[in-house]
Formats: sequence, structure tokens, C-alpha cells
Amino acid sequence: MAKTSKDLKSPLSRARGLGSAKDGVHHFWVLRISALALIPLSLWFVFSLARLATGPADFYSVQHWVSAPSVAVTLVLFLATALYHSVLGVQEVILDYAVGSLRLTLLLASQFLHAIVAAAGIFAVLKVALG
Amino acid sequence: MTTKTPAQSRPLSPFMLGQYYRFQWTSLLSFGHRITGIGLTFGTALVALWLIALASGVDTYGAVAPHLKAWYGQALMFAWTWALMYHLCNGIRHLFWDIGVGFELKTAQRSGTFVVLGSIVLTVAAWAVAYIA
Ligand code: HEM
Repeated sequence: MAKTSKDLKSPLSRARGLGSAKDGVHHFWVLRISALALIPLSLWFVFSLARLATGPADFYSVQHWVSAPSVAVTLVLFLATALYHSVLGVQEVILDYAVGSLRLTLLLASQFLHAIVAAAGIFAVLKVALG
Repeated sequence: MTTKTPAQSRPLSPFMLGQYYRFQWTSLLSFGHRITGIGLTFGTALVALWLIALASGVDTYGAVAPHLKAWYGQALMFAWTWALMYHLCNGIRHLFWDIGVGFELKTAQRSGTFVVLGSIVLTVAAWAVAYIA
């Protein structure tokens, strides 16, 4: 009976469903790598936002700002990285506090909402920059 | 023999608070990282909405713009930028811990002070530069 399991878990351990799901280390790393990338991106965004918010902040000035290729590209990078980091971070928070079916519901809701916000934000930047 | 499975009796993380931990100001900083993380998530959604309004044209953006210039809009943006700078500074502190640096009690307390001061300095700098320029 040489039945080997590909995921190295004993049948009992798999049935219990506790412990490593094998992607914890990956999750840990990508959260931290995204954090590293967010250091310059966030500083850039905060200084830019303050600059815009204290200016006229009307349609034409903001449109002009977003349309510059360097700004559009950096905005897309900021949105994508922040939301990727955020979906991983929120997942950690949900896993800490929610159990049972609430856990699954919240995880799915969080993932769908993050995807929608990322798609909408990036689409908006591209439309303004290319339009 | 019926034994309770570990799944049913395992405590979730907040159980430590209050009951077992003495309150320390570094716990407040740690809690702050989580609160700002969640707040930043909602703030980022607002940033996306602002960009959608922009992409929708002059009229839609015109409906949003007054809120940005109103006192509550400015206050919200100031608070959000501070939350981001706090989370950023404390995040750097976390990244140092991840490579095993800065765990000594004295160091952790001192780096905590730097995080609070650093976040205030960066936020005020961003808005001050914007006002002057
Ligand atoms: C808009 C930008 C950001 C958002 C929406 C965001 C959101 C979050 C969320 C929701 C968490 C989970 C909180 C928790 O588990 O307690 C988190 C964790 C974390 N964030 Fe951010 N974050 C952002 C920017 C940054 C930046 C700029 C850094 C810079 C270093 C950073 C570093 C970290 C680190 C290291 C963790 C893990 C903390 C831990 O070990 O518990 N984040 N973030």
C-alpha cells in the first residue's frame, strides 16, 4: 500500500483541515514585498494629493495632472500595489476574528470588492490619460 | 471516547487583550497599524471613486469637487494622509522586526516614538509644502 500524498499531509490532518494550507509563506512574502514597493509610491501619492487638494482641485487641473504619462503610470502602480497589499492584509484581519460561514462570506466579499475597486480605479486613470 | 476537537476550543487572537496582557503604549501602536490598515483600504476605495468621477467628465466631477474643497473633505484627506504616513512608518518598523532587528524592549519603545513623530512630520511636511508651493 504505497499510497503517497502529493501534499505531504496525513489523511487525518487533511480531514481536520487545520494547519498549513501551503500558501502561508507565499502570503507572508507578497504582503511584505508589496509593503516595500508601497513606501515610495505612498510618499509620492501623499505629497501629490496634498498638492492637488490645496490647489483649485477642479476638473481641468486634475485631468491635466492625471494625463501626464509619468503620473498615470505611477497612479496605476500605486492603485494596483495598494489594493493587492490591502486584499492580503484584510484577509489576515478576517482570519483573526471571523469563524465559520461568516469567515468565508467576508473573505469572498473582500476579494470581490478589492477586484472591483482596482479595476474601476485603473480603468479611470487609463480613460483620462488616453482619452 | 469523545474528545472535543481542537477546532472548537481554539481561541481567536483578541482573547489575549485585557485578560492576559497588561496595557502598554506599544500595544496601542500595534493596534493602530491594524486600524489604519483597514481605514486606508476604505480611503483607497474613495480615491478610486474620485478617479471614476474624473473619468466620467466635467459634470460628474463638478458634483464631487465642492466636497473636496469643503472643510470635511479637507479634514478627511488630512486624516487619510496621516493614517498612511503612520502605517508606512510603523510598516517599516514591522519590516525590520521581520528580519529580526529591533526587538529589545527599549528599542521597540524608542522606534514607536519615532513612528508617531515621523508620521506627524511627514504629514505636516506634505501639506505645508503644498500650501507654500
Ligand atoms: C494605501 C496603502 C495601504 C493599505 C490600504 C494597507 C492596508 C493594510 C492592511 C489592511 C493590513 C493588515 C493589518 C493587520 O494585519 O493588522 C496591512 C498590513 C501591513 N502593512 Fe499595509 N497598507 C498600505 C500601505 C502600507 C505601506 C506604505 C507599508 C510600508 C511599509 C505597509 C506595511 C505593512 C506591513 C509590514 C503589514 C503587516 C503587518 C503585520 O505584520 O501584522 N502598508 N496593510
